Amino acid sequence: MENHSLALNNVFHALADPTRRSVIARLGRGSASIKDLAEPFGLGLPSFLKHIKVLELSGLIASEKVGRVRTCTLKRENLAAAETWFEQQRLAWQSRYDNLDDLLTNLKGEESEN
Amino acid sequence: MKTDALFDFLVDKEKSTITIQRKFAARRQLVWDCYTKSELLDRWFAPKPLTTKTRSMDFREGGHWLYAMVEPSGQEYWGRMDYQTIRPIDHYTALDGFCDNTGALNPALPRSTWNVTFLDVGTQTRVETVVSYASAEALEQVIQMGLQDGLTSTLERLDELLATLN
Repeated sequence: MENHSLALNNVFHALADPTRRSVIARLGRGSASIKDLAEPFGLGLPSFLKHIKVLELSGLIASEKVGRVRTCTLKRENLAAAETWFEQQRLAWQSRYDNLDDLLTNLKGEESEN
Repeated sequence: MKTDALFDFLVDKEKSTITIQRKFAARRQLVWDCYTKSELLDRWFAPKPLTTKTRSMDFREGGHWLYAMVEPSGQEYWGRMDYQTIRPIDHYTALDGFCDNTGALNPALPRSTWNVTFLDVGTQTRVETVVSYASAEALEQVIQMGLQDGLTSTLERLDELLATLN
């Protein structure tokens, strides 16, 4: 659980920025080099590298340098901690509303009896 | 699940909101009653397998509902819903918070704002609930709590989900 908490602090900081969210979305489709990742944003490389650094510190991505090319990869398990909570909420609401459906059906029965 | 197609659950991480939409096969007055009368709330508000127990209900602007969600084991989770604006049978807003069984709020945990709207759709009723947290930090805090004390989760379910995401 400690690991989850630590990851979440950084995950939410990392996801608060649109450039970084785009990078995450792109990496969801597969690993990519920093050069390819930076291209759509029109940022200078130093600025872009700062975003990459934040993402690495958050644990959302990892990077590896082979020769002169640094390649980034999404680490899904840390994104999953946040997703899990939302999934729990969704299931809770779904169950709650199934209960409400049943209740409404019963109440309509009671009404027509009266 | 006959009604699943009518259920929408949208997360906006940037704005720290969750929007839940659902259509019910009942007229608006009845659905409104289910949301605002404690004897009816007690019959549906807690997700299975928990049950809802009301300690007090004062449904007016400035009033609050003090309730517990109770696990089959008897473990109680207390909450209070403080009503801010009420426009029968269209809309209400409330502050949801964690508290103890006397209604004293837990100041360490953030509160969320509920914005609940009821709309006629033919003979049915659509309910939209927007749950907002004050900040990404506040949302993150309840996420952490949810991971530790999740009301509905089991570790098995977490394992299964992580397996599908990995």
